[in-house]
Amino acid sequence: MLTLKSVDAGYGSFQALFGVDLEVKAGEAVGVIGPNGAGKTTLMRVISGLIRPRKGSIAMQGTDVLATPAHRIVSLGIAHVPENRRLFPRLTVEDNLKMGAFMPEARRHHDERLAFVFDLFPRMKERRHQLAGTMSGGEQQMCAIGRALMSDPKLLLLDEPSAGLAPVVVQQVFELVKRIRAGGLTVLIVEQNVQQVLRVVDRAYLLEAGTIRGSGTAAEMLQSDTIKQAYLGV
Amino acid sequence: MQAFLDIFDIYLLETVINGILFGGVLALLALGLNLIFGVIDVTWICYAELIMIGMYGMYYLVHVYGVPYWAAAPMCILLVAGMGALLHFLVIAPLLSSPPINQLLATGGVLFFLQSFATVAFGVEFHNIGIQLPVLRLGEMNFSYARLLSFAAALIGMVAVYVFMKRTYVGTAIRAIAQDRQIMALMGVDTRRIYLITSALGGGLAGLAACLLVLLYDVHPFIGLSIGPITFLICVLGGLGNFIGGFVAAFVFAEIISLGGMFSDLEWGYVLAFGFFIVMMFIRPAGLLSRRS
Amino acid sequence: MNRRHLAIAIAGAALVALPFVHRDPYHLHILILMLIWSFAYTSWSMMGRFGLVSLGHGGFMGAGAYVTALLWNHLGISPWLGIPLAMVTAAALAVVVGYPCFRFRITGHYFVLVTLALSGIVLQIITAARDWTGGSLGYTPERTKGSVLVALQFDDKITWYLIALAVWACGLLIWRWVDGSMDRYALEAISEDEDAAAAAGVNVTYEKLKITVLSAVMTAFAGALYCQYQMFISPDTVSGISVSLQMVFAAIVGGLYVALGPTVGAVITIMMAEALRIGLGTKAVGWDNLIYGLLLVLFIIFLPKGVLGSILARIKARRPSG
Repeated sequence: MLTLKSVDAGYGSFQALFGVDLEVKAGEAVGVIGPNGAGKTTLMRVISGLIRPRKGSIAMQGTDVLATPAHRIVSLGIAHVPENRRLFPRLTVEDNLKMGAFMPEARRHHDERLAFVFDLFPRMKERRHQLAGTMSGGEQQMCAIGRALMSDPKLLLLDEPSAGLAPVVVQQVFELVKRIRAGGLTVLIVEQNVQQVLRVVDRAYLLEAGTIRGSGTAAEMLQSDTIKQAYLGV
Repeated sequence: MQAFLDIFDIYLLETVINGILFGGVLALLALGLNLIFGVIDVTWICYAELIMIGMYGMYYLVHVYGVPYWAAAPMCILLVAGMGALLHFLVIAPLLSSPPINQLLATGGVLFFLQSFATVAFGVEFHNIGIQLPVLRLGEMNFSYARLLSFAAALIGMVAVYVFMKRTYVGTAIRAIAQDRQIMALMGVDTRRIYLITSALGGGLAGLAACLLVLLYDVHPFIGLSIGPITFLICVLGGLGNFIGGFVAAFVFAEIISLGGMFSDLEWGYVLAFGFFIVMMFIRPAGLLSRRS
Repeated sequence: MNRRHLAIAIAGAALVALPFVHRDPYHLHILILMLIWSFAYTSWSMMGRFGLVSLGHGGFMGAGAYVTALLWNHLGISPWLGIPLAMVTAAALAVVVGYPCFRFRITGHYFVLVTLALSGIVLQIITAARDWTGGSLGYTPERTKGSVLVALQFDDKITWYLIALAVWACGLLIWRWVDGSMDRYALEAISEDEDAAAAAGVNVTYEKLKITVLSAVMTAFAGALYCQYQMFISPDTVSGISVSLQMVFAAIVGGLYVALGPTVGAVITIMMAEALRIGLGTKAVGWDNLIYGLLLVLFIIFLPKGVLGSILARIKARRPSG
């Protein structure tokens, strides 16, 4: 579904990604794990068009993502839940969700999508008139995921969904991810919480210092000595 | 003595009510400027000059070409809305990544340009639209229909903007963009388009203000100089980009100008308002509605 | 460095000698105006170069011109005393507006708008006090017969030329003095990052207020000088937003960050206005400002360093050692 080929990207004189190759097949859940500053967020931003790579190619179901204006990438079916959620704090939950369905093709299905999101997160329905910035971190994460789901995406990009959340909430968020992918959605998830993420994904890539250092099925990764030592603290 | 007091009270009440009516128009002025600032983070120094051009548009349409007022007003609003969009496209958009002060000064250049354009094109004479609306008498008090009409139209305009901002996708995007610019693309929002729409909307509000002010004042190339400063003071006092703050500040200023003008000329009302503004800066430097920490 | 001093000495001597060689009164008139406005623009850029963009200088200039003229006409106070009083007035205005702005960290857009309102209000006051100031029709200081030193009125252009030249040179010296002072570093630090400067022990409010008062006082002096030379002032020519913008425009056209930038700006703008006036005759009313406005926009978009600044930057780029 999504293919990245030898992607280089960075900010100004700083290069964050070096020749990254990555593939996500339809229906898969893929994780990208790695330490802080490895370029994980940059990877997500490159896919969703927030920054443009210097080299390489990105294709989504055969469409050249790099030839698509940033604000049209959503309509290719890519929805990005950014790092730190980035809700509009002074808009209500409902307005935040509405923003997720801004694309003309999504607007037509606004009501069904809203029902779907409320069904998935009954908490959001209760809080629909509350300002997003006044909710707890876990609720905000739900709202951010809900906002991304409003566009009826094919591929969901999740950037550190567990960051800054209490352990019990982290558990809930990963449960949610499981449920979302059970619905047939393809998921690419970037995480530092390696243990948790390897439980919900099929495959994972190891990204270190902007380079893909390894990949494999979740089971293989869990068994890998390097990963055990560096990330699982075993 | 008692009779004197009665008359004085009536005058006072009349002045207070006239101040409220005037406040409606000022609030409309502040809303347009606040919208532009809140969304694009730019201050249009030439905002009042757009209004001036709109007033000339009304004068020519109604007085010279004989178009009925109600038909001329939408044309004038569209004209100034177009100018707002053009201003953004030609001046602001190329400067979006330069220091904010450059954007502001460039609109200062536009102020110069529009003012001189009006001088060259229309001359320095004062022009009156030539519509004399009757005066409403309530007991001892007189209110001009022009003021009542402009107050009502300003309120309707503001409500329309409110509904647009609350109900529509574009309106929601306009509110959202002020809170997080970078991620708008993730929502599928083309920020350049929203900026252009916002500029047209800000211009449209200036156009509406022009339609109303032309009923109250004669138009001349320098009328912007008496509308502009007071609008800026209102926006700064209310907090730039803060719609409610601007609304409240508009009425406070309108009362000061109105009551100050009761005792002498309107200009002294302005001076009084400026004095009030300086005092307020000491008391509430972050704006009228801010909570003190 | 010696060659530089020599060049300055020769240029200075040439400027002083000029009116004795070339006596054309029209040319001298233009030169005097250029020198006075150069001084005013230099005063503005004193603040502007540190990111303190004031649109209130029309207010300071108006205060300078009107206070001097009003004191002379109504109280018979000589400009020799009137001008210092006018400068004190401008300083007071600067403190009243500047202090709360700086104390409460009103910067950027807010500062511009507040100062903008100041020049608007000074214009309103001058217009409103029409019983004393003549309102928008303008005002003339009472004339003495011939040149009288006490009244600071001179009939011949050469005297005025020399006065304006001296004042202009003083303006440049003050610029150099600020440029070489410790305050410059403090103010540059403030314009970079106010909080960091404050944390490093810079008294932000005091430093900003100091440069603002200096700039305001110089601008008021320029206004008074303009009044004494032209013997006619009107609210539109010495006060208000237009005059403020004119200062910004000239300083930006010439270049904000070099000492002679504002002077170059004055030369360019005044020559342009005169050329238009002569070229278009009476039709010129408004055309000069129309082109000013257009150029201001174009300059900010395409040449934000100004003419002189861009030329110097280009020379520097070509000779990295120089």
